[in-house]
Amino acid sequence: MHLQLQYFLLLAAALFCIGIYGLITSRNAVRVLMSIELMLNAVNLNLMGFSNFIDPVGIKGQVFTVFVITVAAAEAAVGLAIVLSIYRNRDTVDMEQFNLLKW
Amino acid sequence: MNLAEGVQLVSFGILSVMMIGTALGVVLLSNIVYSAFLLGGVFVSIAGLYLLLNADFVAAAQLLIYVGAVNVLILFAIMLVNKREDFAPMANRWIRQGSTALVCVGLFLLLSTMVLATPWSVYSGAAVAGDSSIVKIGLHFFSDFLLPFELASVLLLMAMVGAIILARRDYIPEELIPRDSGLTTASTLPERPRELVSAGSATPREG
Repeated sequence: MHLQLQYFLLLAAALFCIGIYGLITSRNAVRVLMSIELMLNAVNLNLMGFSNFIDPVGIKGQVFTVFVITVAAAEAAVGLAIVLSIYRNRDTVDMEQFNLLKW
Repeated sequence: MNLAEGVQLVSFGILSVMMIGTALGVVLLSNIVYSAFLLGGVFVSIAGLYLLLNADFVAAAQLLIYVGAVNVLILFAIMLVNKREDFAPMANRWIRQGSTALVCVGLFLLLSTMVLATPWSVYSGAAVAGDSSIVKIGLHFFSDFLLPFELASVLLLMAMVGAIILARRDYIPEELIPRDSGLTTASTLPERPRELVSAGSATPREG
């Protein structure tokens, strides 16, 4: 009994749900960005699982994964720059205090 | 089940336990530095899972980019926002955490039902051998994935320039500061002073 596609898909679903939980309940802005990285990695694991089990000849899932890694790295850089400039203006990283758009 | 399949299964078990454990540590621990290091553990275990999926290049790219660049960037950001503050306890915090946990568990059950019920058409042709994955990825990048490849380079340039502009400080030259102005800023370099808006104030700034 060898590895099957469902194992990887379940694992990716669990990681995605953990990422969503961290995204919604974190009060530290940097932890929110870390949860976003968890979710992107869950998506990557999904894509790689499909690539290996359904399309092992032309590994298009792996190509897609490389693009997702690239976009995630760029987004992490810009997101952390935004967090840094917010911290410089407001002297806190508590998400509860970023409420200027609250009605 | 021969030895190779057994090794694969055991490796998968160890890597998946490590990945889920460190991911729970990232979102549940209160010390942000511990969370950042455990995030590195998540990335390493995912790279190991990529190796189990016959993806040698993407596993190496995952280690280089995520562990080597993104995780280090997150740690630097934690260092720069190193304010030792205890967040004021929010009233009824458990409502938000409980309902989020409920929604996440429900979403996981929905996804797992879909995963287990779908008849996946797994490739059952001849065993795939031949070129390693990096050759095939390179061929894709320059034939049918050429446009996203070029756009990704433009995106990286935009992200780099944007991050630099967002995160830089305005330094003013030495001779323009009056000697006894009594300016105090967080860094010792002469920085254009900006008044710290008190956290939570609702006054919008003009301009």
